[in-house]
Amino acid sequence: MTAGIDTLRLTAEEARGLLDRREVSPEELWDAYRAAIDVQNEELNAYLTLVDERAGDGVPIALKDIISTKGIRTTAGSKILGNYVPVFDSTVAANVKAAGLPVLGKTNTDEFAMGSSTENSAYGPTRNPWDTSRVPGGSGGGSAAVVSAGLAPWALGSDTGGSVKLPSAFCGNVGLRPTYGTVSRYGIVAFASSLDQVGPVTKNVRDNAILYGIISGRDENDSTTVDVPPVEVPEPGDLKGVRIGLPRQLNEAEGIEPGVKAAVDVALEKAAALGAELESCELPLSVDYGMACYYLVAPAEASANLARYDGVRYGLRSDGADFREMAMRTRDDGFGDEPKRRIMLGTYALSSGYYDAYYGKAQRVRTVIRREHEELFQRFDVLVSPTCATTAFPVGAKAQDPLAMYLTDLLTIPANMAGLPGMSIPCGLSEGLPVGLQLIGPQFSENLLFRVGAALEAELAFDYVPERLR
Amino acid sequence: MAITREEVLHVARLARLELSEEEVERFRGQLSAILEAVSKVSELDLSGVPPTAHPLEIANAWADDEPRPCLPLDDVFANAPDRDEDFFRTPPA
Repeated sequence: MTAGIDTLRLTAEEARGLLDRREVSPEELWDAYRAAIDVQNEELNAYLTLVDERAGDGVPIALKDIISTKGIRTTAGSKILGNYVPVFDSTVAANVKAAGLPVLGKTNTDEFAMGSSTENSAYGPTRNPWDTSRVPGGSGGGSAAVVSAGLAPWALGSDTGGSVKLPSAFCGNVGLRPTYGTVSRYGIVAFASSLDQVGPVTKNVRDNAILYGIISGRDENDSTTVDVPPVEVPEPGDLKGVRIGLPRQLNEAEGIEPGVKAAVDVALEKAAALGAELESCELPLSVDYGMACYYLVAPAEASANLARYDGVRYGLRSDGADFREMAMRTRDDGFGDEPKRRIMLGTYALSSGYYDAYYGKAQRVRTVIRREHEELFQRFDVLVSPTCATTAFPVGAKAQDPLAMYLTDLLTIPANMAGLPGMSIPCGLSEGLPVGLQLIGPQFSENLLFRVGAALEAELAFDYVPERLR
Repeated sequence: MAITREEVLHVARLARLELSEEEVERFRGQLSAILEAVSKVSELDLSGVPPTAHPLEIANAWADDEPRPCLPLDDVFANAPDRDEDFFRTPPA
């Protein structure tokens, strides 16, 4: 602790209060986080790059290293961008700067955000602050770990198949994947452009809403962004009249650990006690076919997006006698296993003779998934399930089996394919590890997710400080 | 859905990846398993179902056609592995 600042407990909103009341100076607040980083970052490997100069008098923030930051190295967790220093800010980085939030550093991620454990980073895995023998989830494990370990009051991640929701669940944070199109992708290192979305990782729901308010909105540099309804920072209240659907295929999926189910059941009882109406419902195909759909669409888009790494304009260049040899060696030397696998898979799915059978079919399945969700939202306001079937798994447990790793995202992928917002809030512990509760709403229903999340959060009274650090 | 060594090499060439022998073998096994899993999409009758390329119903996003300054050349080349005046230099094509 520095100047009585307990970074493990302090929310961003409380930090803002300390600054506003001049109880601490911006420098003291910054120094407190730097001190915490000095103690813990080596063990956690959560920050890849630290910023030495405090740029802004507001509440500090950490950014996933997929977010371009002018003058600050941005690696995307890849060797191919190991020395890349952006010459422009992403829109979200410009937004946090404009709000006066100084960037503490860039957080670890699976390479190009491809992974569910942060073990695919070229810079080594991040460790889970609750149990350092376990993964923090991925791909944004660095952002989740820094918030949970008190190395930043809040952070930004990015979510393609679950990369904000899953690490937030594994680390006991609140993580929002906003509606596709509400947060600009300008300057975000592209993975799968029809799915990528930046979102806030925070200690509580109010901070999440505040940060979402800072980063969301239409951006002329991203033509897929739209005008966003004014963000309402929630007060805990009741849930009278809120209709909660419990999709059977998400809540009874194979492999849901008993401890996860028990924690989710407690949250559902609280929701009922707060006046919500709960009812079981069906997503007949979305869950069963979601994984297959995602692992065709996302790699196909990735294979196109990652074609830009050819050793010409930026990034690594390997030697080669001619252009083709140089480009092929650069890509072999610069990409790790997972990007290579996905580039190969996506290229195959898009290649002549296979396009209709794979990519074309997957796009049609995506329509089926969208429609199934739309239908449910005629009867329900929110859909609820576990964020993941398990709690954080041991480092190395799935590293040799790509398919087992892909299945980690089974419960987060369907809503992502449909472009829907989803929030994970912690709902309890299972054998000492946090369990995430996933709330899914219709497009642009973030305010409702914040309201439901805040109501449940107040009742659940989850202690977000990792037990071993208390 | 086993894919052959030749198919792995073909796709690697399309993707501009020079794979080592060890990678070719490993990816052959892993990609076969993954392709088998994702082939599930062909189980469904999708006749009459239109494709979704994008989750929002946005058709045209217009912007005013106004000239704006672009990056200075030194910024454009700041991360370039090799530069020859105002060009990126590469090995011969």
